[in-house]
Amino acid sequence: MPRSTVLVIPAYRESGRVGDVVRAARRCQPDVDVLVVDDGSPDATSLEAQAAGARVVRHPFNLGYGAALHSGYCAALRSGYDQVLQMDADGQHDPEMLGPLLRALDDGADIALGSRYLDGRAPRSSLARRVGTRLFAWIASRWLGARITDPTSGFQGLSRRALDSVVNDSFPEDYPDTDVLVQHHRRGLEVREVPVVMHERIGGVSMHRGARIAYYGYKMLVTLLLMPVRRPTPLRVADSVARAS
Amino acid sequence: MISCSTALGLLLSSPADLTPMHQRQRIVAIAGAALVALFVFELVRRRKLREEYSWVWVATAVVVSVLALNQPLLLDLTRWIGAASSASTLFFGAIVFLIGLCIQFSIRLSRLTLRQRTLAQRMALLEEEVRELRRQGRRERAPAEPRRRAEQDEVA
Repeated sequence: MPRSTVLVIPAYRESGRVGDVVRAARRCQPDVDVLVVDDGSPDATSLEAQAAGARVVRHPFNLGYGAALHSGYCAALRSGYDQVLQMDADGQHDPEMLGPLLRALDDGADIALGSRYLDGRAPRSSLARRVGTRLFAWIASRWLGARITDPTSGFQGLSRRALDSVVNDSFPEDYPDTDVLVQHHRRGLEVREVPVVMHERIGGVSMHRGARIAYYGYKMLVTLLLMPVRRPTPLRVADSVARAS
Repeated sequence: MISCSTALGLLLSSPADLTPMHQRQRIVAIAGAALVALFVFELVRRRKLREEYSWVWVATAVVVSVLALNQPLLLDLTRWIGAASSASTLFFGAIVFLIGLCIQFSIRLSRLTLRQRTLAQRMALLEEEVRELRRQGRRERAPAEPRRRAEQDEVA
């Protein structure tokens, strides 16, 4: 029996881009359902996504990239999908690369991580960002015991086991990357990098900019440092968003 | 390394120039504490502040008042913490309470943020499901209507 797959696209203020991204993804992967999580955009992001044929979950206000992803995972789990793909709505991720991610999942990987650095054709980025990526790539590689080149990549595929793992209230609401990879590894899931092509963003604003990069570095270091001794969230219901209905 | 007995001796020894609080300082401290307590009670009365958030403020005011009124206790405490004067002990104590209050607020804020996020996400998922169910319902009803009309036509 073929596995049911959903593509989760978190989007914030992506009007003018998200429709094309959804259409391109549906053209490349006609068997994959597309779910856009509109993270409280004040523009026409959800209308454009819906018009392009995506299911749309809409946050009442902006909750953060991680929360949007988490809502997508929860919707996928509630709808009973076997695997999840995720990509950004800003046109950076090439939908042609969804195929290689799916093949890595079929091949037994729990997390197929699309890396822009594996084939050496990465798009330009700021110095702070490059330094941060290098640092966290090094930490992730040391922790996972495997070479990780692009821990901040939001272009991923997740198996059902990985989906079960990310659907919990402790999922980070702002920058889910190195810490989530380490969490996957601690739960015994296999993370495999897949070379992908990424483009420059077509427009809009990146969430990795200015002072946020400094906060990102601080937050990620604290999270990683406390991970071995940290308690679960105080809601007391392990994944209260996804399963309680 | 300072030995334990030396450390204890340092703690208990009294600085020679330690003087009780000046009368005016005591009045200002007590008046300030009373004003804070009254203001907090007024906010609770107007239901602008919940009782659960008022108690740390009131406790701070009570502790400041008790120390300002009880000079021997304040002098003992000053000696114990090694402060230069009793007035600084009093206001240091108040600052410690206020730091406690800020931490309490940060904890509450973190909890509220998590709860608010969870509610918003759950609402968004349910909204999408309701929309999907309505769409399905419309799709299922759509073929039924022409059939009903056909039946009516037959009867007619």
